[in-house]
Amino acid sequence: MIQAFAFYLFAALMILSGAVTIMARNPVHSVLWLILAFFNAAGLMVLVGAEFIAMLLIIVYVGAVAVLFLFVVMMLDIDFSELRGGFIKNFPLGMLLALVLLAELMFGVGAFTAGPLQLGVADGAGAVPVDISNTEAIGALLYTRYLFVFEAAGIILLVAMIGAIVLTHRERKDTRGQNVSKQIARRPEDATVNVRPEVGKGVQL
Amino acid sequence: MIGIGHYVVVSTIMFVLGVLGIFLNRKNVIVILMAIELILLSVNLNLVAFSAFLHDLVGQVFAMFVLTVAAGEAAIGLAILVIYFRGRGTIAVDDVNRMKG
Repeated sequence: MIQAFAFYLFAALMILSGAVTIMARNPVHSVLWLILAFFNAAGLMVLVGAEFIAMLLIIVYVGAVAVLFLFVVMMLDIDFSELRGGFIKNFPLGMLLALVLLAELMFGVGAFTAGPLQLGVADGAGAVPVDISNTEAIGALLYTRYLFVFEAAGIILLVAMIGAIVLTHRERKDTRGQNVSKQIARRPEDATVNVRPEVGKGVQL
Repeated sequence: MIGIGHYVVVSTIMFVLGVLGIFLNRKNVIVILMAIELILLSVNLNLVAFSAFLHDLVGQVFAMFVLTVAAGEAAIGLAILVIYFRGRGTIAVDDVNRMKG
């Protein structure tokens, strides 16, 4: 009973906040509603016992991606009212497409409930163990069977990081940087001289 | 009783909302990126729900990979957005034709 209540609460809030995300006038509000949608999706995932993915969703999406969105929205000086120009014009076409897509997907769900196609059964390698926690089970699967896929995911993140830095980095002419190799190559004898001036004479620099 | 059908319906609605968001905000690329995040979220929800339904953890492992790609995609997309804004002073994307493609 409490599960059903929690499901309907999370699902309704998620759909509501998803709808407000795409309708909001101010993109900052969009980001905040997106965060609410992520939290509710995490709740839905906890309900089926996938607490690790739910935790990851909050850490990665809310902690990193949504904050990145907030940064960019607030950093760029954009006239958002001008960008909403085509909203009314695009509404009928978008709604039509969304309804067609929804009908198709619902048709798929209906076909599934009428009796799914038998595409074979899982080989049991990913079977859920009963005695250990969700996080432990995912870790055991991830670091053995999916080790190479896991490392490929790491490479994707590395490429994304380097790409984002390379794209947004720029040489600024108005600031003075540090020339590390020049600093290291400088010897004491280049920098200092020993002089013995006569009494009463200054030192010519 | 809550079954797999409920989860599939919810993630279907989220997916459709994401697609609708792309169509409604054709100019505002930030909201388009957020709509893509909504789509990927619904895909993740579907993967997790079926993972629980089929008693197979592989769905959750793949949800993690979708999450990885979504994070990378958001970073690269926002970086492109920032350099585009630097060059043009606007982010209206309905008339992007710099590369004449």
